[in-house]
Amino acid sequence: MSGFATYDARGVVIPVGLIVLAEVAARVSGLQSDSLAAPSDVVVAGVEALLDGSMLIATYQTLGSALIGLSIGFGIGLALGVLLGMFRVLDHLLEVTIEAIRPIPSVALIPISLLVFGFGYRMEIAVVAFATLWPALILSRAAIAGVEPRLFEVARALQFGLLARIVKIVIPAALPRVFVALRLGIGISLIVGVTVEISANVIGVGHETMLAGQSLRPALMLAYLVWIGILGWGVNAAMLLAQKHLFGPAANMEARL
Amino acid sequence: MNKAYEASNPGGPHAAVTAQTGAPVLAAKGVHITLGGRKILQDIDLTIGEGEFVCVVGASGCGKTTLLRLLAGLYQPSEGSIRYRDKEMLKPRQDVAIIFQDYGKALLPWRTARGNVALALEAIGAPRATRDARIEELLAKVGLPGEADKYPNQMSGGMQQRLQIARSLAQNPSVLLMDEPFGALDAMTRQGLQDEVLSIARSTGATSFFVTHDLEEAIYLGDRVVGLLANPGRVAITLDVKLPRPRDQLTTREDPEFLRLRRELFDFIKKAEA
Repeated sequence: MSGFATYDARGVVIPVGLIVLAEVAARVSGLQSDSLAAPSDVVVAGVEALLDGSMLIATYQTLGSALIGLSIGFGIGLALGVLLGMFRVLDHLLEVTIEAIRPIPSVALIPISLLVFGFGYRMEIAVVAFATLWPALILSRAAIAGVEPRLFEVARALQFGLLARIVKIVIPAALPRVFVALRLGIGISLIVGVTVEISANVIGVGHETMLAGQSLRPALMLAYLVWIGILGWGVNAAMLLAQKHLFGPAANMEARL
Repeated sequence: MNKAYEASNPGGPHAAVTAQTGAPVLAAKGVHITLGGRKILQDIDLTIGEGEFVCVVGASGCGKTTLLRLLAGLYQPSEGSIRYRDKEMLKPRQDVAIIFQDYGKALLPWRTARGNVALALEAIGAPRATRDARIEELLAKVGLPGEADKYPNQMSGGMQQRLQIARSLAQNPSVLLMDEPFGALDAMTRQGLQDEVLSIARSTGATSFFVTHDLEEAIYLGDRVVGLLANPGRVAITLDVKLPRPRDQLTTREDPEFLRLRRELFDFIKKAEA
Protein backbone atom coordinates (compact mmCIF):
# COMPACT_ATOMS: atom_id res chain seq x y z
CA MET A 1 0.00 0.00 0.00
CA SER A 2 2.93 2.36 -0.45
CA GLY A 3 2.11 3.83 -3.85
CA PHE A 4 3.11 3.03 -7.38
CA ALA A 5 6.72 2.18 -6.65
CA THR A 6 5.93 -1.28 -5.33
CA TYR A 7 3.61 -2.32 -8.14
CA ASP A 8 4.92 -4.93 -10.53
CA ALA A 9 5.48 -3.24 -13.90
CA ARG A 10 3.85 -6.22 -15.61
CA GLY A 11 0.53 -5.18 -14.08
CA VAL A 12 0.47 -2.14 -16.39
CA VAL A 13 0.55 -4.26 -19.53
CA ILE A 14 -3.14 -5.14 -19.62
CA PRO A 15 -4.68 -1.67 -19.01
CA VAL A 16 -2.25 0.03 -21.42
CA GLY A 17 -2.84 -2.71 -23.98
CA LEU A 18 -6.62 -2.29 -23.73
CA ILE A 19 -6.35 1.48 -24.19
CA VAL A 20 -4.13 1.06 -27.24
CA LEU A 21 -6.52 -1.58 -28.60
CA ALA A 22 -9.51 0.76 -28.07
CA GLU A 23 -7.66 3.58 -29.83
CA VAL A 24 -6.72 1.38 -32.80
CA ALA A 25 -10.26 -0.04 -33.03
CA ALA A 26 -11.78 3.46 -32.94
CA ARG A 27 -9.42 4.76 -35.66
CA VAL A 28 -9.79 1.73 -37.91
CA SER A 29 -13.59 1.64 -37.67
CA GLY A 30 -13.91 5.42 -37.96
CA LEU A 31 -15.98 5.42 -34.72
CA GLN A 32 -19.00 7.74 -34.76
CA SER A 33 -20.94 7.08 -31.55
CA ASP A 34 -23.21 8.76 -28.99
CA SER A 35 -21.86 6.63 -26.17
CA LEU A 36 -18.26 5.69 -27.02
CA ALA A 37 -15.17 7.69 -27.89
CA ALA A 38 -11.54 7.01 -28.79
CA PRO A 39 -9.15 7.30 -25.82
CA SER A 40 -7.31 10.16 -27.48
CA ASP A 41 -10.57 12.10 -27.87
CA VAL A 42 -11.35 11.46 -24.20
CA VAL A 43 -7.97 12.91 -23.23
CA VAL A 44 -8.48 15.95 -25.45
CA ALA A 45 -11.97 16.57 -24.04
CA GLY A 46 -10.66 16.16 -20.50
CA VAL A 47 -7.77 18.57 -20.98
CA GLU A 48 -10.09 21.13 -22.59
CA ALA A 49 -12.53 20.89 -19.68
CA LEU A 50 -9.64 21.26 -17.25
CA LEU A 51 -8.23 24.29 -19.06
CA ASP A 52 -11.53 26.16 -19.38
CA GLY A 53 -12.06 25.71 -15.68
CA SER A 54 -15.42 23.92 -15.88
CA MET A 55 -13.98 20.65 -14.59
CA LEU A 56 -12.22 22.36 -11.69
CA ILE A 57 -15.33 24.26 -10.67
CA ALA A 58 -17.36 21.05 -10.77
CA THR A 59 -14.64 19.29 -8.72
CA TYR A 60 -14.69 22.07 -6.17
CA GLN A 61 -18.47 21.76 -5.89
CA THR A 62 -18.39 18.01 -5.47
CA LEU A 63 -15.47 17.86 -3.03
CA GLY A 64 -16.82 20.84 -1.13
CA SER A 65 -20.25 19.39 -0.50
CA ALA A 66 -18.83 15.89 0.12
CA LEU A 67 -16.36 17.16 2.73
CA ILE A 68 -18.81 19.47 4.49
CA GLY A 69 -21.39 16.68 4.54
CA LEU A 70 -18.75 14.32 5.87
CA SER A 71 -17.67 16.74 8.60
CA ILE A 72 -21.24 17.10 9.81
CA GLY A 73 -22.18 13.42 9.50
CA PHE A 74 -18.91 12.09 10.83
CA GLY A 75 -18.85 14.62 13.66
CA ILE A 76 -22.32 13.67 14.87
CA GLY A 77 -21.63 9.96 14.35
CA LEU A 78 -18.34 10.11 16.23
CA ALA A 79 -19.82 12.00 19.18
CA LEU A 80 -22.73 9.55 19.41
CA GLY A 81 -20.39 6.57 18.97
CA VAL A 82 -18.12 7.69 21.80
CA LEU A 83 -21.09 8.29 24.09
CA LEU A 84 -22.70 4.95 23.26
CA GLY A 85 -19.35 3.15 23.55
CA MET A 86 -18.65 4.53 27.00
CA PHE A 87 -22.12 4.42 28.50
CA ARG A 88 -23.92 1.14 27.92
CA VAL A 89 -27.21 2.55 29.22
CA LEU A 90 -27.36 5.05 26.37
CA ASP A 91 -26.54 2.30 23.94
CA HIS A 92 -29.49 0.22 25.09
CA LEU A 93 -31.75 3.27 25.17
CA LEU A 94 -31.03 4.27 21.57
CA GLU A 95 -30.60 0.84 20.03
CA VAL A 96 -34.10 0.52 18.57
CA THR A 97 -34.19 4.08 17.28
CA ILE A 98 -30.84 3.72 15.57
CA GLU A 99 -31.61 0.35 14.04
CA ALA A 100 -34.88 1.72 12.68
CA ILE A 101 -33.34 4.73 10.92
CA ARG A 102 -30.00 3.28 9.85
CA PRO A 103 -31.20 0.87 7.14
CA ILE A 104 -32.81 3.67 5.09
CA PRO A 105 -30.67 3.93 1.92
CA SER A 106 -29.22 7.43 1.93
CA VAL A 107 -30.11 8.05 -1.71
CA ALA A 108 -33.77 7.44 -0.85
CA LEU A 109 -33.56 10.73 1.02
CA ILE A 110 -32.74 12.68 -2.16
CA PRO A 111 -36.39 13.56 -2.93
CA ILE A 112 -37.05 14.77 0.61
CA SER A 113 -33.79 16.67 0.74
CA LEU A 114 -34.59 18.28 -2.61
CA LEU A 115 -38.00 19.29 -1.34
CA VAL A 116 -36.60 20.79 1.85
CA PHE A 117 -33.44 22.46 0.55
CA GLY A 118 -33.98 22.81 -3.20
CA PHE A 119 -31.12 22.39 -5.70
CA GLY A 120 -27.59 23.23 -4.62
CA TYR A 121 -25.08 22.52 -1.90
CA ARG A 122 -27.40 22.13 1.06
CA MET A 123 -29.45 19.22 -0.22
CA GLU A 124 -26.30 17.35 -1.22
CA ILE A 125 -24.60 18.07 2.11
CA ALA A 126 -27.65 16.77 3.96
CA VAL A 127 -27.71 13.45 2.10
CA VAL A 128 -23.94 12.97 2.47
CA ALA A 129 -24.17 13.75 6.17
CA PHE A 130 -26.89 11.15 6.63
CA ALA A 131 -24.89 8.55 4.70
CA THR A 132 -21.63 9.07 6.63
CA LEU A 133 -23.17 9.34 10.09
CA TRP A 134 -23.80 5.59 10.45
CA PRO A 135 -20.40 4.14 9.69
CA ALA A 136 -18.88 6.80 11.95
CA LEU A 137 -21.28 5.94 14.76
CA ILE A 138 -20.97 2.19 14.50
CA LEU A 139 -17.21 2.01 13.99
CA SER A 140 -16.36 4.52 16.70
CA ARG A 141 -18.71 2.76 19.11
CA ALA A 142 -16.96 -0.50 18.31
CA ALA A 143 -13.55 1.18 18.64
CA ILE A 144 -14.37 2.42 22.14
CA ALA A 145 -15.93 -0.87 23.18
CA GLY A 146 -12.88 -2.67 21.80
CA VAL A 147 -10.34 -0.86 23.97
CA GLU A 148 -8.41 -3.53 25.86
CA PRO A 149 -10.08 -3.88 29.29
CA ARG A 150 -6.69 -4.57 30.88
CA LEU A 151 -5.71 -1.00 30.02
CA PHE A 152 -8.61 0.31 32.09
CA GLU A 153 -7.33 -1.75 35.00
CA VAL A 154 -3.87 -0.33 34.54
CA ALA A 155 -5.46 3.12 34.59
CA ARG A 156 -7.43 2.24 37.73
CA ALA A 157 -4.36 0.87 39.45
CA LEU A 158 -2.54 4.11 38.65
CA GLN A 159 -5.56 6.04 39.96
CA PHE A 160 -6.23 8.08 36.84
CA GLY A 161 -9.45 10.11 36.89
CA LEU A 162 -12.11 10.01 34.17
CA LEU A 163 -10.52 12.78 32.09
CA ALA A 164 -7.03 11.29 32.26
CA ARG A 165 -8.48 7.91 31.36
CA ILE A 166 -10.18 9.35 28.26
CA VAL A 167 -7.14 11.36 27.19
CA LYS A 168 -4.44 8.81 27.98
CA ILE A 169 -6.21 5.53 27.22
CA VAL A 170 -9.53 5.76 25.37
CA ILE A 171 -8.67 8.29 22.68
CA PRO A 172 -5.26 6.96 21.68
CA ALA A 173 -6.51 3.39 21.77
CA ALA A 174 -9.55 4.12 19.62
CA LEU A 175 -8.00 6.68 17.27
CA PRO A 176 -6.48 4.34 14.68
CA ARG A 177 -9.81 2.55 14.27
CA VAL A 178 -11.71 5.81 14.15
CA PHE A 179 -9.34 6.87 11.40
CA VAL A 180 -10.20 3.76 9.44
CA ALA A 181 -13.83 4.81 9.80
CA LEU A 182 -12.91 8.24 8.48
CA ARG A 183 -11.24 6.68 5.42
CA LEU A 184 -14.38 4.68 4.81
CA GLY A 185 -16.50 7.81 5.34
CA ILE A 186 -14.58 9.81 2.76
CA GLY A 187 -15.16 7.11 0.18
CA ILE A 188 -18.86 7.02 1.01
CA SER A 189 -19.15 10.81 0.91
CA LEU A 190 -17.74 10.91 -2.64
CA ILE A 191 -19.94 8.06 -3.85
CA VAL A 192 -23.09 9.55 -2.35
CA GLY A 193 -22.20 13.08 -3.45
CA VAL A 194 -21.72 12.06 -7.08
CA THR A 195 -24.88 9.94 -6.93
CA VAL A 196 -26.90 12.94 -5.74
CA GLU A 197 -25.45 15.03 -8.57
CA ILE A 198 -26.20 12.41 -11.18
CA SER A 199 -29.75 11.79 -10.02
CA ALA A 200 -30.96 15.24 -9.05
CA ASN A 201 -28.58 18.05 -8.30
CA VAL A 202 -27.36 20.66 -10.76
CA ILE A 203 -23.79 21.07 -9.49
CA GLY A 204 -20.60 19.00 -9.41
CA VAL A 205 -18.85 16.40 -11.51
CA GLY A 206 -21.82 14.02 -11.43
CA HIS A 207 -24.06 16.65 -12.98
CA GLU A 208 -21.41 17.52 -15.59
CA THR A 209 -21.14 13.84 -16.49
CA MET A 210 -24.90 13.62 -17.00
CA LEU A 211 -24.94 16.86 -18.96
CA ALA A 212 -22.17 15.65 -21.30
CA GLY A 213 -24.01 12.41 -21.90
CA GLN A 214 -27.31 14.12 -22.57
CA SER A 215 -25.72 16.60 -24.98
CA LEU A 216 -24.23 13.66 -26.92
CA ARG A 217 -20.60 14.37 -26.08
CA PRO A 218 -19.34 10.90 -25.12
CA ALA A 219 -15.67 11.98 -25.06
CA LEU A 220 -16.37 14.59 -22.37
CA MET A 221 -18.64 12.21 -20.47
CA LEU A 222 -15.92 9.55 -20.38
CA ALA A 223 -13.33 12.18 -19.47
CA TYR A 224 -15.43 13.03 -16.38
CA LEU A 225 -15.73 9.35 -15.56
CA VAL A 226 -11.93 8.99 -15.62
CA TRP A 227 -11.59 12.19 -13.59
CA ILE A 228 -13.97 10.90 -10.89
CA GLY A 229 -11.86 7.73 -10.72
CA ILE A 230 -8.71 9.80 -10.29
CA LEU A 231 -10.38 11.86 -7.53
CA GLY A 232 -11.40 8.74 -5.64
CA TRP A 233 -7.99 7.16 -5.98
CA GLY A 234 -6.24 10.39 -4.95
CA VAL A 235 -8.35 10.91 -1.84
CA ASN A 236 -7.84 7.31 -0.71
CA ALA A 237 -4.07 7.49 -1.33
CA ALA A 238 -3.85 10.73 0.65
CA MET A 239 -5.73 9.14 3.56
CA LEU A 240 -3.49 6.08 3.56
CA LEU A 241 -0.43 8.30 3.61
CA ALA A 242 -1.87 10.36 6.46
CA GLN A 243 -2.71 7.20 8.38
CA LYS A 244 0.84 5.94 8.05
CA HIS A 245 2.31 9.24 9.20
CA LEU A 246 -0.13 9.75 12.06
CA PHE A 247 -0.06 6.33 13.60
CA GLY A 248 3.22 4.77 12.48
CA PRO A 249 4.04 1.47 14.16
CA ALA A 250 1.01 1.62 16.43
CA ALA A 251 -1.21 1.56 13.35
CA ASN A 252 0.15 -1.86 12.48
CA MET A 253 -1.33 -3.18 15.68
CA GLU A 254 -4.50 -1.18 16.04
CA ALA A 255 -5.70 -0.38 12.55
CA ARG A 256 -6.02 -3.90 11.22
CA LEU A 257 -9.70 -3.84 10.42
CA MET B 1 8.03 -32.51 58.84
CA ASN B 2 6.89 -28.98 59.36
CA LYS B 3 3.43 -29.26 57.87
CA ALA B 4 0.74 -26.70 58.41
CA TYR B 5 -2.49 -27.64 56.71
CA GLU B 6 -4.40 -24.66 57.97
CA ALA B 7 -4.64 -20.97 57.43
CA SER B 8 -1.82 -18.90 58.79
CA ASN B 9 -3.15 -16.59 61.47
CA PRO B 10 -1.79 -13.13 61.95
CA GLY B 11 0.28 -13.29 65.08
CA GLY B 12 0.05 -17.08 64.95
CA PRO B 13 2.95 -19.47 64.51
CA HIS B 14 3.64 -18.60 60.86
CA ALA B 15 3.88 -14.88 61.22
CA ALA B 16 6.36 -15.49 63.97
CA VAL B 17 8.60 -17.98 62.17
CA THR B 18 9.72 -15.89 59.24
CA ALA B 19 12.87 -14.10 60.24
CA GLN B 20 12.66 -11.20 57.76
CA THR B 21 9.05 -10.44 58.55
CA GLY B 22 8.60 -6.91 59.80
CA ALA B 23 5.43 -5.05 60.59
CA PRO B 24 2.38 -6.22 58.62
CA VAL B 25 2.03 -4.38 55.31
CA LEU B 26 -0.89 -6.19 53.75
CA ALA B 27 -3.40 -8.23 55.68
CA ALA B 28 -6.50 -10.14 54.64
CA LYS B 29 -8.79 -10.82 57.60
CA GLY B 30 -11.66 -13.28 57.27
CA VAL B 31 -12.02 -12.50 53.59
CA HIS B 32 -14.81 -14.09 51.57
CA ILE B 33 -15.64 -13.08 48.04
CA THR B 34 -18.52 -14.10 45.78
CA LEU B 35 -18.37 -13.13 42.12
CA GLY B 36 -21.25 -13.77 39.76
CA GLY B 37 -23.02 -15.87 42.37
CA ARG B 38 -20.02 -18.18 42.84
CA LYS B 39 -18.03 -18.29 46.02
CA ILE B 40 -14.44 -17.76 44.85
CA LEU B 41 -12.56 -17.34 48.12
CA GLN B 42 -13.54 -18.39 51.60
CA ASP B 43 -12.18 -17.34 54.95
CA ILE B 44 -8.79 -16.06 53.85
CA ASP B 45 -6.48 -14.92 56.61
CA LEU B 46 -3.11 -13.82 55.33
CA THR B 47 -0.61 -11.33 56.66
CA ILE B 48 2.35 -10.18 54.64
CA GLY B 49 5.15 -8.51 56.57
CA GLU B 50 7.40 -5.64 55.54
CA GLY B 51 9.92 -6.78 52.94
CA GLU B 52 8.55 -10.31 52.84
CA PHE B 53 8.29 -12.29 49.60
CA VAL B 54 5.14 -14.42 49.62
CA CYS B 55 4.31 -16.81 46.78
CA VAL B 56 0.88 -18.28 46.16
CA VAL B 57 0.41 -21.57 44.32
CA GLY B 58 -2.62 -23.64 43.45
CA ALA B 59 -4.50 -25.20 40.58
CA SER B 60 -6.10 -22.94 37.99
CA GLY B 61 -9.43 -21.64 39.19
CA CYS B 62 -8.50 -21.79 42.87
CA GLY B 63 -8.73 -18.01 43.23
CA LYS B 64 -5.04 -17.03 43.18
CA THR B 65 -5.64 -14.13 40.84
CA THR B 66 -8.77 -13.08 42.70
CA LEU B 67 -6.73 -12.93 45.91
CA LEU B 68 -4.18 -10.72 44.19
CA ARG B 69 -6.89 -8.44 42.87
CA LEU B 70 -8.35 -8.15 46.36
CA LEU B 71 -4.95 -7.20 47.75
CA ALA B 72 -4.61 -4.68 44.91
CA GLY B 73 -7.93 -3.04 45.76
CA LEU B 74 -9.35 -3.92 42.33
CA TYR B 75 -11.99 -6.09 44.04
CA GLN B 76 -13.71 -5.55 47.36
CA PRO B 77 -14.31 -8.55 49.61
CA SER B 78 -17.91 -9.63 50.18
CA GLU B 79 -17.01 -10.24 53.83
CA GLY B 80 -13.95 -9.45 55.89
CA SER B 81 -11.40 -6.78 55.10
CA ILE B 82 -8.13 -6.09 53.34
CA ARG B 83 -5.86 -3.73 55.19
CA TYR B 84 -2.80 -1.90 54.01
CA ARG B 85 -0.70 -0.70 56.95
CA ASP B 86 -3.83 -0.47 59.13
CA LYS B 87 -5.87 1.36 56.52
CA GLU B 88 -8.69 -0.41 54.78
CA MET B 89 -7.97 -1.04 51.08
CA LEU B 90 -11.05 0.41 49.40
CA LYS B 91 -9.45 1.20 46.03
CA PRO B 92 -6.08 0.71 44.30
CA ARG B 93 -3.11 2.65 45.66
CA GLN B 94 -0.21 4.04 43.67
CA ASP B 95 2.36 2.57 46.05
CA VAL B 96 0.92 -0.89 45.49
CA ALA B 97 2.00 -1.83 41.97
CA ILE B 98 0.51 -4.65 39.91
CA ILE B 99 2.41 -6.64 37.30
CA PHE B 100 0.01 -8.51 35.04
CA GLN B 101 0.71 -11.78 33.28
CA ASP B 102 -0.50 -10.53 29.89
CA TYR B 103 2.17 -7.87 29.38
CA GLY B 104 1.06 -7.55 25.75
CA LYS B 105 -2.30 -6.19 26.88
CA ALA B 106 -1.11 -4.21 29.87
CA LEU B 107 1.30 -2.03 27.88
CA LEU B 108 0.12 0.85 25.72
CA PRO B 109 0.93 -0.20 22.15
CA TRP B 110 0.96 3.40 20.89
CA ARG B 111 3.60 4.48 23.36
CA THR B 112 7.30 3.66 23.24
CA ALA B 113 9.06 2.00 26.17
CA ARG B 114 9.84 5.51 27.41
CA GLY B 115 6.20 6.52 27.08
CA ASN B 116 4.96 3.45 28.91
CA VAL B 117 7.20 4.13 31.89
CA ALA B 118 6.20 7.79 31.68
CA LEU B 119 2.55 6.77 32.18
CA ALA B 120 3.30 5.78 35.77
CA LEU B 121 5.38 8.93 36.32
CA GLU B 122 2.45 11.00 35.04
CA ALA B 123 0.17 9.16 37.45
CA ILE B 124 2.29 9.93 40.51
CA GLY B 125 2.86 13.49 39.28
CA ALA B 126 6.64 13.24 39.01
CA PRO B 127 8.12 16.60 37.99
CA ARG B 128 8.57 16.79 34.22
CA ALA B 129 12.23 17.75 34.41
CA THR B 130 13.22 14.61 36.28
CA ARG B 131 11.25 12.17 34.16
CA ASP B 132 13.73 11.40 31.39
CA ALA B 133 16.55 10.63 33.81
CA ARG B 134 14.24 8.47 35.91
CA ILE B 135 13.06 6.55 32.84
CA GLU B 136 16.65 5.85 31.74
CA GLU B 137 17.48 4.69 35.23
CA LEU B 138 14.48 2.37 35.46
CA LEU B 139 14.98 0.87 32.01
CA ALA B 140 18.62 0.19 32.84
CA LYS B 141 17.57 -1.38 36.12
CA VAL B 142 15.31 -3.94 34.42
CA GLY B 143 17.87 -4.73 31.74
CA LEU B 144 16.49 -2.57 28.93
CA PRO B 145 19.16 0.12 28.54
CA GLY B 146 18.98 1.89 25.19
CA GLU B 147 15.55 0.44 24.32
CA ALA B 148 13.61 3.56 25.29
CA ASP B 149 12.42 4.35 21.77
CA LYS B 150 11.13 0.89 20.88
CA TYR B 151 7.43 0.15 20.77
CA PRO B 152 6.15 -2.87 22.71
CA ASN B 153 5.38 -4.77 19.50
CA GLN B 154 9.03 -4.41 18.52
CA MET B 155 10.09 -6.22 21.70
CA SER B 156 10.21 -9.88 22.71
CA GLY B 157 7.87 -11.18 25.41
CA GLY B 158 10.64 -11.10 28.00
CA MET B 159 11.50 -7.51 27.13
CA GLN B 160 7.85 -6.48 27.33
CA GLN B 161 7.55 -8.00 30.78
CA ARG B 162 10.74 -6.19 31.84
CA LEU B 163 9.13 -3.00 30.57
CA GLN B 164 6.02 -3.62 32.63
CA ILE B 165 8.23 -4.17 35.68
CA ALA B 166 9.99 -0.87 34.95
CA ARG B 167 6.63 0.88 34.78
CA SER B 168 5.55 -0.60 38.09
CA LEU B 169 8.82 0.49 39.70
CA ALA B 170 8.20 4.03 38.46
CA GLN B 171 5.34 4.16 40.98
CA ASN B 172 7.90 3.84 43.80
CA PRO B 173 5.91 0.91 45.12
CA SER B 174 6.24 -0.41 48.62
CA VAL B 175 4.34 -3.52 47.50
CA LEU B 176 4.72 -5.44 44.25
CA LEU B 177 1.80 -7.68 43.33
CA MET B 178 2.75 -10.07 40.52
CA ASP B 179 0.16 -12.22 38.77
CA GLU B 180 1.92 -15.16 37.09
CA PRO B 181 4.26 -12.66 35.49
CA PHE B 182 6.47 -15.24 33.81
CA GLY B 183 3.77 -17.77 32.92
CA ALA B 184 3.99 -17.07 29.19
CA LEU B 185 7.79 -16.95 28.92
CA ASP B 186 10.27 -19.63 27.94
CA ALA B 187 12.36 -21.35 30.62
CA MET B 188 15.62 -19.43 30.08
CA THR B 189 13.96 -16.01 29.99
CA ARG B 190 11.94 -16.96 33.02
CA GLN B 191 14.99 -17.85 35.12
CA GLY B 192 16.70 -14.60 34.17
CA LEU B 193 13.62 -12.64 35.21
CA GLN B 194 13.26 -14.57 38.47
CA ASP B 195 16.73 -13.40 39.50
CA GLU B 196 15.91 -9.91 38.28
CA VAL B 197 12.80 -9.76 40.45
CA LEU B 198 14.70 -11.05 43.47
CA SER B 199 17.38 -8.42 43.08
CA ILE B 200 14.77 -5.69 42.58
CA ALA B 201 12.84 -6.81 45.66
CA ARG B 202 16.08 -6.82 47.61
CA SER B 203 17.33 -3.43 46.43
CA THR B 204 14.01 -1.62 46.79
CA GLY B 205 12.97 -3.43 49.93
CA ALA B 206 9.53 -3.86 48.38
CA THR B 207 7.13 -6.34 49.90
CA SER B 208 6.25 -8.90 47.25
CA PHE B 209 3.23 -11.06 46.54
CA PHE B 210 3.80 -13.46 43.68
CA VAL B 211 1.15 -15.70 42.10
CA THR B 212 2.39 -18.67 40.11
CA HIS B 213 1.44 -22.21 39.23
CA ASP B 214 5.09 -23.25 39.09
CA LEU B 215 5.88 -24.85 42.46
CA GLU B 216 9.64 -24.65 42.05
CA GLU B 217 9.43 -21.01 41.08
CA ALA B 218 7.43 -20.34 44.23
CA ILE B 219 10.01 -22.02 46.47
CA TYR B 220 12.93 -20.43 44.65
CA LEU B 221 11.56 -16.91 45.07
CA GLY B 222 9.62 -16.96 48.31
CA ASP B 223 10.17 -16.52 52.01
CA ARG B 224 6.85 -18.22 52.35
CA VAL B 225 4.73 -20.31 50.01
CA VAL B 226 0.97 -20.40 50.42
CA GLY B 227 -0.97 -23.19 48.75
CA LEU B 228 -4.63 -22.68 47.88
CA LEU B 229 -7.30 -25.30 47.33
CA ALA B 230 -10.19 -24.66 44.96
CA ASN B 231 -14.01 -24.62 45.21
CA PRO B 232 -14.11 -22.44 47.15
CA GLY B 233 -10.55 -21.11 47.25
CA ARG B 234 -8.99 -21.37 50.69
CA VAL B 235 -5.54 -21.43 52.23
CA ALA B 236 -4.59 -25.08 52.68
CA ILE B 237 -0.87 -25.09 53.32
CA THR B 238 1.77 -22.60 54.37
CA LEU B 239 5.45 -23.41 54.02
CA ASP B 240 8.26 -21.28 55.37
CA VAL B 241 11.22 -21.29 53.03
CA LYS B 242 14.44 -20.93 54.96
CA LEU B 243 16.82 -21.09 52.05
CA PRO B 244 19.78 -18.73 52.18
CA ARG B 245 19.75 -15.54 50.14
CA PRO B 246 20.88 -14.43 47.64
CA ARG B 247 19.49 -17.42 45.84
CA ASP B 248 21.19 -19.08 42.93
CA GLN B 249 19.56 -20.98 40.07
CA LEU B 250 21.93 -23.93 40.52
CA THR B 251 22.94 -24.18 44.17
CA THR B 252 19.58 -23.17 45.61
CA ARG B 253 17.71 -25.65 43.47
CA GLU B 254 20.15 -28.42 44.56
CA ASP B 255 19.85 -27.58 48.25
CA PRO B 256 18.36 -30.54 50.20
CA GLU B 257 15.95 -28.13 51.88
CA PHE B 258 14.74 -26.99 48.44
CA LEU B 259 14.17 -30.59 47.42
CA ARG B 260 12.36 -31.33 50.66
CA LEU B 261 10.03 -28.35 50.22
CA ARG B 262 9.49 -29.30 46.61
CA ARG B 263 8.48 -32.81 47.61
CA GLU B 264 6.15 -31.50 50.29
CA LEU B 265 4.46 -29.08 47.94
CA PHE B 266 4.13 -31.67 45.16
CA ASP B 267 2.60 -34.14 47.59
CA PHE B 268 0.17 -31.51 48.70
CA ILE B 269 -0.90 -30.63 45.15
CA LYS B 270 -1.22 -34.29 44.19
CA LYS B 271 -3.36 -34.94 47.22
CA ALA B 272 -5.48 -31.91 46.48
CA GLU B 273 -6.08 -33.09 42.92
CA ALA B 274 -6.91 -36.67 43.95
